[in-house]
Amino acid sequence: MTEVLVLVDHADGAVRKTTAELLTFARRLGSPSAVVLGPGVDAARAFLQQYGADKVYVVDTPDVSDYLVAPKAEALAQLMQRVAPGAVLLPSNAEGKEIAGRLAIMTESGLITDAVDIAASGVGLTTTQSVFAGAYTVISSVTHGTPIVTVKPNSITPEPVPGAAAEEHVDVTVSDAAKTARIVERKERQATGRPELTEASIVVSGGRGTGGNFEPVEQFADALGAAVGASRAAVDSGWYPHAYQVGQTGKTVSPQLYVATGISGAIQHRAGMQTSKTIVAINKDAEAPIFELVDFGVVGDLHSVLPAATEQVNARKA
Amino acid sequence: MKIVVCVKYVPDATGERHFNSDNTVDRLSTDGLLSELDEYAVEEALQIRDRVDGEIVAVTVGPEAARAAVLKSLQMGADAGVHVQDDAIHGSDSLGTSLVLARAIERQTPDLVLCGMASTDGGMSVVPAMLAERLGLPQVTFASEVTFDDSTVRIRRDGDTATEVIEATLPLLLSVTDQCNEPRYPSFKGIMAAKKKPMETLTLADLGLSSSDVGLDAAWTRVGSYSARPPRSAGTVVTDDGGSGATELVGFLAGQKFI
Ligand SMILES: Cc1cc2nc3c(=O)[nH]c(=O)nc-3n(C[C@H](O)[C@H](O)[C@H](O)COP(=O)(O)OP(=O)(O)OC[C@H]3O[C@@H](n4cnc5c(N)ncnc54)[C@H](O)[C@@H]3O)c2cc1C
Ligand SMILES: Nc1ncnc2c1ncn2[C@@H]1O[C@H](COP(=O)(O)O)[C@@H](O)[C@H]1O
Repeated sequence: MTEVLVLVDHADGAVRKTTAELLTFARRLGSPSAVVLGPGVDAARAFLQQYGADKVYVVDTPDVSDYLVAPKAEALAQLMQRVAPGAVLLPSNAEGKEIAGRLAIMTESGLITDAVDIAASGVGLTTTQSVFAGAYTVISSVTHGTPIVTVKPNSITPEPVPGAAAEEHVDVTVSDAAKTARIVERKERQATGRPELTEASIVVSGGRGTGGNFEPVEQFADALGAAVGASRAAVDSGWYPHAYQVGQTGKTVSPQLYVATGISGAIQHRAGMQTSKTIVAINKDAEAPIFELVDFGVVGDLHSVLPAATEQVNARKA
Repeated sequence: MKIVVCVKYVPDATGERHFNSDNTVDRLSTDGLLSELDEYAVEEALQIRDRVDGEIVAVTVGPEAARAAVLKSLQMGADAGVHVQDDAIHGSDSLGTSLVLARAIERQTPDLVLCGMASTDGGMSVVPAMLAERLGLPQVTFASEVTFDDSTVRIRRDGDTATEVIEATLPLLLSVTDQCNEPRYPSFKGIMAAKKKPMETLTLADLGLSSSDVGLDAAWTRVGSYSARPPRSAGTVVTDDGGSGATELVGFLAGQKFI
């Protein structure tokens, strides 16, 4: 069976959930081979095996960790040349897309980004994308080279299927040209104890309507076990860090439930949340455009609705 | 220092956006403008020029109307413009676009190439990486802060899990985020001055490319079909009255098994 390469998204072997999703898609197309770039394969192995990686390729040289994406793209290109995979799947985050862009040029292969679904087909594979802020669904295929596809988080429920996870260490040569941009400092963001925004199944977001007080938003999020998001207006006002911005220039989220509070629903915000399964809004303006999207909306003041709702949720759980 | 800024002409995101019968994006019948996210790249170029001196060339690939994107860049303060326009480019995917752009950029032999973080229509954020690969340049994308220290460029980047500082040397390709700066509005003086600035219009032949290198038929990906997403069915909206909103909300969430 043809191999399908999956770039593992991990930090020192702590594998992110998206990788399980990619492995699940990969199994529809062939035999999943996980590619671990950088250190940490020992910590990653059990996870990769659990989600069906038949092979695990390891490229662990400082060259791929200290520099930016170019060496990673070179490593994958060399691996592609060796194993002639049926497709290459990468996570649709900034790094994944950049690696994919370079890889596509290097290997003369068609690239599809931000797929939300992948199916095997006569032409190899077809992908589904959601475009124009979710207003259209597009079915595409790759017509040249090896299909390279970046996949959005939360696009599929990962299925655990044991894989052989046969490990192979791969030597790659990284050109000097790929090493001219170097990471000199790295500060991990403080853990919040909440789920990661793009992976969370529930997201509660606050906007300008919070007036700068995110406490009711955070407390409601914690009652639901949700991640916290913010609109750009809230981020620009310095009320919440940029890393939590949802929208065109922030994160794209697609949770089971999205709760927008004090957010008007501008097109750029919608671009980041419109594909959420269920949408709820609290806004004191009954005319706010966000209400066009909702499954359930409350016209009211978030500063009173949220604390009362939090109390009731906590009471139900008790 | 020679700086090239890549600016894209995009359909206005606040208007209706459509597809053509050949499954390409309709760029003609809708109003367009310079992609807002590329304004940050133009502004960054202007601020760099203020600090280290140099020349800024704004480059776009697109239909006739795309000239407006270059013009706006000139009005903001760029020194010269290049517009690559050729009917054969219609339908190119990012691979084709990056090929044409790369050829147009090469002619300028820039020290620095600046891009926006994503185009507001396609939004793939892959053209910068493809350009870097084609031009053989190192790339740093999603820069939130750019500083120069002689020949070293320091870039701050706010990633998913960490903030990184990256050092690189010129020549270099950078893409900048909307956190980088606050784009200026063209002044009246800027608008008048732009009329006299050099603007070059190039065809594929001028770049040594042929029509079979680009366009819909040369694309390495194909859109098979598209469909408008069914409108979300109208939801329930209740008005809070002394606490009723919270109760109804929690009832809805419990009914949907979120609690
Ligand atoms: C290039 C570009 C990129 C952008 N990218 C993004 C992006 O990634 N993400 C993003 O979010 N935006 C983005 N924007 C900005 C976007 O256009 C809007 O300006 C922004 O989303 C507005 O945020 P908001 O809804 O919080 O604020 P507003 O639009 O001011 O809305 C605040 C809402 O809160 C309500 N409200 C006020 N007080 C209360 C209260 N006590 N209780 C309940 N409701 C209350 C009001 O009725 C109002 O509807 C972008 C804009 C541009 C030009
Ligand atoms: N047709 C184009 N002309 C000029 N620049 C472009 C074009 N397409 C993309 N770019 C540049 O590449 C960046 C990212 O575009 P994209 O990969 O389409 O999201 C944009 O912000 C522009 O700087």
